[in-house]
Amino acid sequence: MVKNWLQTFKQGLRRTRQGFSERLWSLLRAHGVIDEELFEELEGLLLQADVGIRTTTELLESLRERAKRERIESPARLTPLLQEELLDRLRADSPGYDAFVTLMVGVNGVGKTTTIAKLAHRYLGAGDKVLLAAADTFRAAAVEQLSVWADRLGVDLVHHQEGADPSAVVYDAIQAARARGANRVIVDTAGRLHTKANLMEELKKIKRVIERQVSDEACEVLLVVDATTGQNAVQQARIFHEAVGVTGIVLTKLDSTARGGVIIAIASEVGVPVRYVGLGEGLEDLAPFDPELFVRALFEGQGA
Amino acid sequence: MFENLSNRLQEAFARLRGKGRLREADIDAALKEVRMALLEADVNFKVAKSFVASVRERALGQEVLKSLTPAQQVIKIVNEELTRLMGEEAVGISFSPSPPTVILLVGLQGSGKTTTAGKLAKLLREEGRSPVLVAADVYRPAAVDQLRRVGDLAGVPVLTAAELGVKADPVRIARAGIEAAKRSGRDLVIIDSAGRLHIDDSMMDELRRMKAETSPHEVLLVVDAMTGQEAVNIAKTFDQRLGVSGVILTKLDGDARGGAALSVRAVTEKPIKFVGVGEKLGDLQPFHPSRMSSRILGMGDVLTLIERAERSIDQKKAQELRERLRSDQFTLEDFVDQLRQIRKMGPLEELLSMIPGTAKLKKVGALQVDERELVKIEAIINSMTREERVNPAIIDGSRRKRIARGSGTRVQDVNRVLKQFQQTRKLMKQLSGVERQLTKGNLRFPFLQ
Repeated sequence: MVKNWLQTFKQGLRRTRQGFSERLWSLLRAHGVIDEELFEELEGLLLQADVGIRTTTELLESLRERAKRERIESPARLTPLLQEELLDRLRADSPGYDAFVTLMVGVNGVGKTTTIAKLAHRYLGAGDKVLLAAADTFRAAAVEQLSVWADRLGVDLVHHQEGADPSAVVYDAIQAARARGANRVIVDTAGRLHTKANLMEELKKIKRVIERQVSDEACEVLLVVDATTGQNAVQQARIFHEAVGVTGIVLTKLDSTARGGVIIAIASEVGVPVRYVGLGEGLEDLAPFDPELFVRALFEGQGA
Repeated sequence: MFENLSNRLQEAFARLRGKGRLREADIDAALKEVRMALLEADVNFKVAKSFVASVRERALGQEVLKSLTPAQQVIKIVNEELTRLMGEEAVGISFSPSPPTVILLVGLQGSGKTTTAGKLAKLLREEGRSPVLVAADVYRPAAVDQLRRVGDLAGVPVLTAAELGVKADPVRIARAGIEAAKRSGRDLVIIDSAGRLHIDDSMMDELRRMKAETSPHEVLLVVDAMTGQEAVNIAKTFDQRLGVSGVILTKLDGDARGGAALSVRAVTEKPIKFVGVGEKLGDLQPFHPSRMSSRILGMGDVLTLIERAERSIDQKKAQELRERLRSDQFTLEDFVDQLRQIRKMGPLEELLSMIPGTAKLKKVGALQVDERELVKIEAIINSMTREERVNPAIIDGSRRKRIARGSGTRVQDVNRVLKQFQQTRKLMKQLSGVERQLTKGNLRFPFLQ
């Protein structure tokens, strides 16, 4: 089991690795000495991985300084430093959540519904009793999409009509879970742009309804972010976090892209840890995020 | 739309203002800021580099215009380069001389194809075409239902595998859909394909077969405006493997930096044809590079504003209003009517962003618009009797209380609306004076001299 998802993790990261570390190594090999030109190319590499100009500048600043202080001359020896710097930013002491209610939020089209199915599958595998709440009452056919998944997974679904009040759905779902002895409620919400104030208010209301029902530790709020998203993801994380207190990020579609660097920016600029990564289209392809493993996988298979 | 980029660029230029002569160092400092702004907006790393290089070259190479200050000159160059980057001319759908015209929508999962299909169908239906939507996404659960729902809202028929009597195979559905459209005399077929990764060989193959079998006149790639550096790869790969004729950029209504827009065009040389700017079906607009560029640079987009007004404002009503203004009969009923017409033009915030200079006001918080405020105003006016609307002078304390109760607001709100009305009335009177002068041709705007 453990070995399995490790495998998935590595395989899913194949693209990221190809895009990043192979180019990093060829870049380091091409340079005999550490100079400004090398840093400039490093900058380009990080930027292209969607790390973003702010975090990139900061990363390179500390790299530059450490290289100087530790009198490092060979470019190859920059790699462990870079690994450390990345890990520093990604590592977060996030409390382990044993959530009764998991609220899934995010902008449109990031893969919330699919992620919910994968998460439900994980919970089921651990022997949990899962209930899904269809609180996306806005998008055409969203309830149908979730109910297809509920059928496939064989879990209960609580839903109202299209256009109903999502908070009411959530309330009913929690009641139903208690009545039926389910220990996991996963709430699907409508995708919303973080700039739409009224939709964010709606989300706050949902959160309040949950807070009245369950304790803080029993409620997890996961922000789903598409790995192909650029710097806008930082803004998304910031605003969703302000609104409903995001406890973790799920980075989806990481298998599709040579990027995903934006999680470094999110972690260092917003301070919300990554909880899961989506690495494929199968139900199994949701892996818990392990920063050490991530960074190691990123640099793996290369030697000086 | 593009707000962040816009703000950053304006900051960069602010530092150039007030300088009589620009030294190379000044330009370099400004361009460093420009580069940062572009990168923060997710403009492709290489595109940003070459953009800055060409602006620099032109700014240093003497393109001296006497009428402009050095700062204005740099802005002018950036504006021109931005426009060039986004593709100069607006490019619409190219329709087939022998209908039906077939449009194939392709893209990654979650980029917004299905919603865009509905929006495009509605837009083109309103332009006098008779479209059908074909549901060729057989993979995503409930994708067909979603398209059917969207089609209903757009008033456009949706053809599915079940209705066409074919197997749930995208290629067959597409082919049968076109046949059915021909039989029923439809002149436009929009095919909604399943979302797929550009690196998924078998799925890309399926699209190639679909294209070969349906020979679409347009293959439009739907791209999420929030996409990062990968946008360029996505567009390049789709174009190489499939051949696309244009791009539709979605979700531009957020604070998406939109850098993808700038890059995709630059790298693939395929035009951006439409942009999606909201969740409602009417929220799809043709893309105008030069207008977009001036909006990015905070120079407003008056052309679009005028077009929008022409489309949504009832000419006859406007004429009537003018008459009433002249005879000083502007009432609260006209006031609420005006509000409704303005709201029909689109979200207030967007309208404001088209007016030159407002971007800066917004940043300092002087321009916070709350759409709900308008709803409140309407409710208050609706709670008045007809007599009160025609002659607001009779609204005394007890009437105010009643109106507040009726509209679910407070007396202070009612007071405020009445005051706003008085101000508007005064303003309208002045404006109609201006208009009279304008028609006589003796008015000169100070900023146009």
